[in-house]
Amino acid sequence: MNALIFSAVSGVIMMFSGFMLKSKSAVRTLAHILLLVVIAVNIMELRGISIFSIDTKELLVFDRFALLFTLVATICTLAFFLLSSKDMERIGTNYSDYFALLFFVLSGVIISASFKSLLMLFLGIEILSIPLYILTGSDKRNLKSNEASLKYFLMGSFSTGLMLMGIALVYGATGTFKTGVPFAFELNKVPVLMTAGMMLLLFAMSFKVSAAPFHFWTPDVYDGAPTVFTSFMATIVKAAGFIAFMRLFNDVFGTMQPQWKLLVAIITAATLFIGNLTAVFQQSVKRMLAYSSISQAGFMVLAVYALNDDAREGLILYAAAYSLATIGIFGLLTKMNDYTFDGFNGFAKQQPMIAATMVIFLLSLAGIPLTAGFLSKFYMLRATINGGSIWLAVFAVLMAAVSVYYYFRLVQAMYFKEGKGNMSIQLSPSFRYTMIALAAVIILLGIFPNLLINWLYF
Amino acid sequence: MIVLLLFLVPLIGGLLSFFIKNDKVVRGWSLLVSLVVLFLSITSNIFLKSADHLNFSAPWMGNLGSSFSLKLDGLSQVLTLLTAVSYPIILLATWRTGYRKPNNFFGLMLLTQAGLMGVFTATDALLFYFFWELALIPVYFLCSGWGHERRIPVTFKFFIYTFTASVVMLVGILYLYFQTPDRSFSMQSFYALKLAADTQSWLFWLLFVAFAVKMPVFPFHTWQPDTYEQSPTAVTMVLSGIMVKMGLFGLIRWVWPIFPGAFHAWGDVTMTMSLIGVIYASLIAIQQDDLKRLIAYSSIAHMGIMVMATFSESAIGIQGVLMQMFNHGINIIGLWIVVELIERQFGTRKLSQLGGLAQKAPALATLLVIVALGNVALPLTNGFIGEFLMFNGIWSSNTANAHRIIFTVGALISIILSAVYTLNMIKKIFFGNTNTITENAHDAFLNERIVLGILAVIIVVLGVYPQPLLDLGNSFVDSLMKNVKVANLIVK
Repeated sequence: MNALIFSAVSGVIMMFSGFMLKSKSAVRTLAHILLLVVIAVNIMELRGISIFSIDTKELLVFDRFALLFTLVATICTLAFFLLSSKDMERIGTNYSDYFALLFFVLSGVIISASFKSLLMLFLGIEILSIPLYILTGSDKRNLKSNEASLKYFLMGSFSTGLMLMGIALVYGATGTFKTGVPFAFELNKVPVLMTAGMMLLLFAMSFKVSAAPFHFWTPDVYDGAPTVFTSFMATIVKAAGFIAFMRLFNDVFGTMQPQWKLLVAIITAATLFIGNLTAVFQQSVKRMLAYSSISQAGFMVLAVYALNDDAREGLILYAAAYSLATIGIFGLLTKMNDYTFDGFNGFAKQQPMIAATMVIFLLSLAGIPLTAGFLSKFYMLRATINGGSIWLAVFAVLMAAVSVYYYFRLVQAMYFKEGKGNMSIQLSPSFRYTMIALAAVIILLGIFPNLLINWLYF
Repeated sequence: MIVLLLFLVPLIGGLLSFFIKNDKVVRGWSLLVSLVVLFLSITSNIFLKSADHLNFSAPWMGNLGSSFSLKLDGLSQVLTLLTAVSYPIILLATWRTGYRKPNNFFGLMLLTQAGLMGVFTATDALLFYFFWELALIPVYFLCSGWGHERRIPVTFKFFIYTFTASVVMLVGILYLYFQTPDRSFSMQSFYALKLAADTQSWLFWLLFVAFAVKMPVFPFHTWQPDTYEQSPTAVTMVLSGIMVKMGLFGLIRWVWPIFPGAFHAWGDVTMTMSLIGVIYASLIAIQQDDLKRLIAYSSIAHMGIMVMATFSESAIGIQGVLMQMFNHGINIIGLWIVVELIERQFGTRKLSQLGGLAQKAPALATLLVIVALGNVALPLTNGFIGEFLMFNGIWSSNTANAHRIIFTVGALISIILSAVYTLNMIKKIFFGNTNTITENAHDAFLNERIVLGILAVIIVVLGVYPQPLLDLGNSFVDSLMKNVKVANLIVK
């Protein structure tokens, strides 16, 4: 609750800060401070100290799960700010507006993680999407950015339409927007309205999290958008989509699992397959990361498929592991001049420390033990096998093995190939320390996942 | 407690190595660390035999049902001893080989050792999986960073191969975990499982493939000759001397006692696969002109016999496998040392370009002949005892009553073939006339003489008096057979 209010207010403050603050570093500092406040009030709320408590008439619910995810999302945003906020200067003149939009996205993220009513789900997803349409097109002079923005907007509005239709149908079947009310249908007598609504919502959510076969917008949009914002879109926003996805299917459609289990299994398998196989053939690291985000989404859909305690814990861990690692890689990518794999040749010789952190990020994404990425994949597999589908788990790990191929290509380029001489990239000390801290957090979560997960229960 | 040190000393020593920039110092440091590990291992074998020292358990990831538990029993004793003995030998033998960024090289080597120690002592399946990967990752970087010119694609193939197989094993482990009544990854819970025959049957393959790739068993062997050829020799020694034993270890520790029914039922199939591999690899080895590839194929053949003996399900066969795991490690490291020496001196590994070295390097020739005879399993060398026990095991196996004659005869033929290629190798390197390449050869350096001398002593001593090594594994074999018998009775 508090984090939501504070981040919405922060967005407004940032919007007007452009008038007050003339220097860019002042704007940046203000944004960092505001974000730290958001994190602080969220931690306080997790510990039971609320500054406000407003009766939301059961539209929103701030349980531990929602709060913990908010914490993960805000901390990832902090990492994103620390690594990339300087690079936003290069995109356009409206520096403070970008921060304002990011704070609004964050509000959307919090709403979609804590909705208790389908209306709020819709609001959350919209609040999260609309600023992203703008951010995608923020590089106005770049044709690719414009194209990506338009494409994203058209496709996004279409899927929003589907979602709204689905919500209307579910309302028609149940007579309420409230979620978490177990519907008393007999399994073979689920009303057609309900099934149709479920399908529409499934498709709309799959679109938002870029699960196959609704993923076609992702590579183009991620590639066209300014790299700094791609980083944000591909991580925090996507994770929020998954939290909403799982909440929705748990609270509303949890009782009619036989109706959608198979569909979700197919979506999972297709997402894993398409994401991984296509990523193998990419020559640009940015596009590879776009497809890798699809393949990682495939693993996260497993949480929706399994819908048990493991899945809940696992999804939080997955969101953290995936976001932190991807933000780190994107953070470096924005500094590079050449986005191809060859552009990274010989990188380890010039920046041994940063290259080492990159290896940790990549190992984590590939799911190698001792990193957070392994444990989050492990939780997903556990949830899946517990849910009774061992073959889906086998398929998932085989696809994870494929992913090793493209993640390690980057490792090979950095370490084992000769570069063309000086790459001349400037990395500030704060960038270095943030990268090292991110890598340390990933290793720490990989050895003691309880540091994070215990917050769910205590 | 000492079992924890076996893992911690190389781990911490390895991490520290990364920060030592001086070439000489880091070499000395890594040798020192490996000697400490050797000392610890010997101590654990001879003096500190109480359960306190040999077991360690600490809570770790409790909500996942996993704990950090290590244990030294007969099987782990043999393999940790092999790891501990091999490392100083490897480091000493490659003392003169120059590496760029030596701190990273030796750091990764010691991390590999830590991973290996973990694999051989873990009694928790999830922990085992962790170590399994921990041993693999440094090797990937070692081979890709310091290998020969085709190193990158070759190492990548090796890595993808083993990683794919190991994640499939992870699914198997997870499935087993959900079968345990107390939701735990511990070995005892896994051993206590009573799975239906068909479940065992497919789970067996999920785990077996991971181990088969590592050993490697035909037809999963295609990564191996290339990787051995392209890796720096020190890493090849680790790979072929110690790492391949991870697969056998996995079979004996994690497959057989958990799926005794499937182990029995699939015995014929796996033994046939191994036998094909043995004969096939031996025939290829005879054709090889490249020294490294020759030894790589000979390693496939030797491993194949060990797999056959494991699947013979007899106490005597397992005894032989334990012996041979140790001895094969020692012998093959000896062979690699000679390869390294020849390659450094002449810049070639082609047998056809060598010759006449016996006159130029008498000490080297004598020592290599001893190592090679061990590899051929001549009586009075260490190889003989192991192979003899294994053949005995295969002959008396209850798996394949109908086919045991074929298996035994096949395995025996491989001994003849092994004599052909090993002696042929010696002939081509040491005898005949010197040519322009080998004219100015010099003998082995002091460090190499010392190392080969130590190896020769081990080979002969264990050949004449193998009892200590047999004693090490005795109690383990007894308890294993008891475990498996009980399980077999229940399944039937």
